[in-house]
Amino acid sequence: MTKITSGSTDSIAIVRTEMVPDMPPPVRADGIVFWLRNNLFDSVGNTILTFLSLWVVYYALSGLLGYVFIDAIWQGTTGADCRVEGSGVCWPYISDRLNFFIYGFYPSTEYWRPNIIFALGAILLFLLATPGVPLKMVWGVSFVVVFPVVTFFLINGGGFTGLVEVPTEKWGGLMLTLVVAVTGIVASFPLGVLLALGRRSKMPLMRSVCVVFIELWRGVPLITVLFMASVMLPLFLPEGTNFDKLVRALVGVTLFTAAYTAEVVRGGLQAIDKGQYEAADALGLNYVQSTSLIILPQALKLVIPGIVNNSISLFKDTTLVSIVGLVDLLGSVRAGSATEGWSAPSIPVTGYFFAAAVFWVFTFTMSRYSQYMERHLDTGHKS
Amino acid sequence: MSSEDTSGENTAINTKDAPAKASLIYDPKVRSWFYQFLLLGGVVWFFGSVWGNLTANMARQNIRTGFGFLDNTSSFEIGFKLIEYDRSSTFGDALLVGFLNTMLVSVIGIIIATIFGFSIGIARLSSNWIVARLATVYIEVLRNIPLLLQMVFWYFGVLAVMPSVKQSIQLPLYTVFNNRGMVTPAPQFSENFVMVWIALAVAVIIAVFVSKWAKKRQDDTGVRPPATLINIGVIVGIPALVWLAIGATLTFSIPVLRGFNYQGGIHIPPEFIALLWALILYTAAFIAEIVRAGILAVPTGQGEAAKSLGLNEKTRLKEVIIPQAMRVIVPPLTSQYLNLTKNSSLAVAIGYPDLVSVFMGTTLNQTGQAVEVVAITMTIYLALSLGTSAFMNWFNARIALTER
Repeated sequence: MTKITSGSTDSIAIVRTEMVPDMPPPVRADGIVFWLRNNLFDSVGNTILTFLSLWVVYYALSGLLGYVFIDAIWQGTTGADCRVEGSGVCWPYISDRLNFFIYGFYPSTEYWRPNIIFALGAILLFLLATPGVPLKMVWGVSFVVVFPVVTFFLINGGGFTGLVEVPTEKWGGLMLTLVVAVTGIVASFPLGVLLALGRRSKMPLMRSVCVVFIELWRGVPLITVLFMASVMLPLFLPEGTNFDKLVRALVGVTLFTAAYTAEVVRGGLQAIDKGQYEAADALGLNYVQSTSLIILPQALKLVIPGIVNNSISLFKDTTLVSIVGLVDLLGSVRAGSATEGWSAPSIPVTGYFFAAAVFWVFTFTMSRYSQYMERHLDTGHKS
Repeated sequence: MSSEDTSGENTAINTKDAPAKASLIYDPKVRSWFYQFLLLGGVVWFFGSVWGNLTANMARQNIRTGFGFLDNTSSFEIGFKLIEYDRSSTFGDALLVGFLNTMLVSVIGIIIATIFGFSIGIARLSSNWIVARLATVYIEVLRNIPLLLQMVFWYFGVLAVMPSVKQSIQLPLYTVFNNRGMVTPAPQFSENFVMVWIALAVAVIIAVFVSKWAKKRQDDTGVRPPATLINIGVIVGIPALVWLAIGATLTFSIPVLRGFNYQGGIHIPPEFIALLWALILYTAAFIAEIVRAGILAVPTGQGEAAKSLGLNEKTRLKEVIIPQAMRVIVPPLTSQYLNLTKNSSLAVAIGYPDLVSVFMGTTLNQTGQAVEVVAITMTIYLALSLGTSAFMNWFNARIALTER
């Protein structure tokens, strides 16, 4: 110790007197080579995985792209044009039958009616779904109350409208899918909210009725509900009441979805701080006032992503109505493959690819919207 | 003490609010009773009128009632069955065949979908960019296309255009694949092979005890006995010894093309393959997302803490990350299992004879007893899902107890 303090600087071994030569720069700290080395080839196992995945990508892409685009038949007028050895899907079939896939058996002179509804629904949904657009209440009420009524009278026609009546048996295709999905979502929502409130009620009988209702529908597959609606509903009603297949399916879908909506809304209700309930009580609000003015506005905002996710499952589940004899998008695609003049081995697959693409675009958009809303609504209260 | 206090308070309030007593409609208790009474009345009225309409309609349409039809001869054939069944069997037997078919496809589907889903979920979190992207694409595509559409795609689009029996695709292990499904070699056990199964069961029980002992030993002494090695030895060794000792034989019946179809082996119909395949691919996408969310839910600090304790990669995953992730994964995973079971009812669209197809389809058409048939089918599914949620609650309570 004393030696160091007394000694001169150059006697201390650990102090350098001359500079070390600069080290060469690392091989690559950025750029594509570095990225590849770090992400794909950083170990033997990873390298094997990379090559395996590349092979899968190549195999899937070459197979799928080849089948759907490169080897596909793009021009033709009948199935004979698609009966080519080694050819892929048959796109002319889709363009030929496109109207059937969208409108079903709806008379072609009346296509403008569903078209107006498509446009109206798209505008309302856009106004409702875009954050920052004013008058949300107005758009909400018009979508939930006015829009279904307008839709029914415009598409069904007859009566006071002076339009040609188109019975529901002629509705079909994507139009029917959207009708079932929108009705299911819209009609099940109020029912679901009521059930959720009932399940949180302090009254034992109210709670048990709601619990039984919710668990009953959640416990069975939708297809059994649809079967039940189509064979048992007529038996439940007084003699002489007869309503069509579509309404039966809609009743089944609505009850089924309401149970799922109820559980989502219940999650939102449980997430509301107890102080909010107490504050509402302290202000002297009664149950209806505190629920509709304080609790529900907060709870429903929280459950928007959940409701959208529910809508996604419902939208996919609408395909099940094709099993009970309705011609929705999937039903029309399946029926379309039996069209005269369009018989070729690739016809069914072509229809499925088309329907899958349509469904995918709708559901993927919804799921992205739900994720966006989740971020948008995240007020940072989560830890 | 406290009960005395509150009762005192109550009487005080009651005497102070004397006028409130006069009008009962402001008493929350009375109101609650009133509403519940109203609800009860509504429910009773609803079911009463439904019951009235039902009996009237059924009497008018001459529909028989009661569950007696279950003992009647069904006189229809079922293409795929696990138990003895023919035209002379009863509707009750048909119900059992359908139920077993549903359970078969669900159990196999759940096992494979879990393995597949876990792999994809982990792949999505992989540091390997291509692997992660591939998993993402898989999930986003499969999850967003309706299951029924996927099912009919595999059945009508892919399996129906497979080569005919004569041009069957030959797979390894004497398995053939054609438009009538798949034929695999069938294992044929000798009479006394049952002893080997018993030995296997005993070995598994022993293995459970060995694991328990190993765990206790590790807790007591800090040294972990090689339990895994011992267990592999026990599970493989004991049945193998018994097998050799009693001279049981295991032969395979290999499918051979004779005439217009393959003879021997196990015939798996295309309906079963399409249903199982679609259910697995679809459910795996959801399970993958659950697994990913579960792993991401474990705070990074846990992994870092485990690392700083000097645990190696394997121990870190096994003892720190996975147990915590499982707590998040298990509840939604159970509901996916339930979804798979319920979704297997879509079999009716491609003609696999599951519960819904056999019972709500054929039996309902033949007997016309809609109410009984629908009630039985729904009760079975309801029992399955309530049973599963009871199990889930029990399991949740169990893992919650091990916390802290």
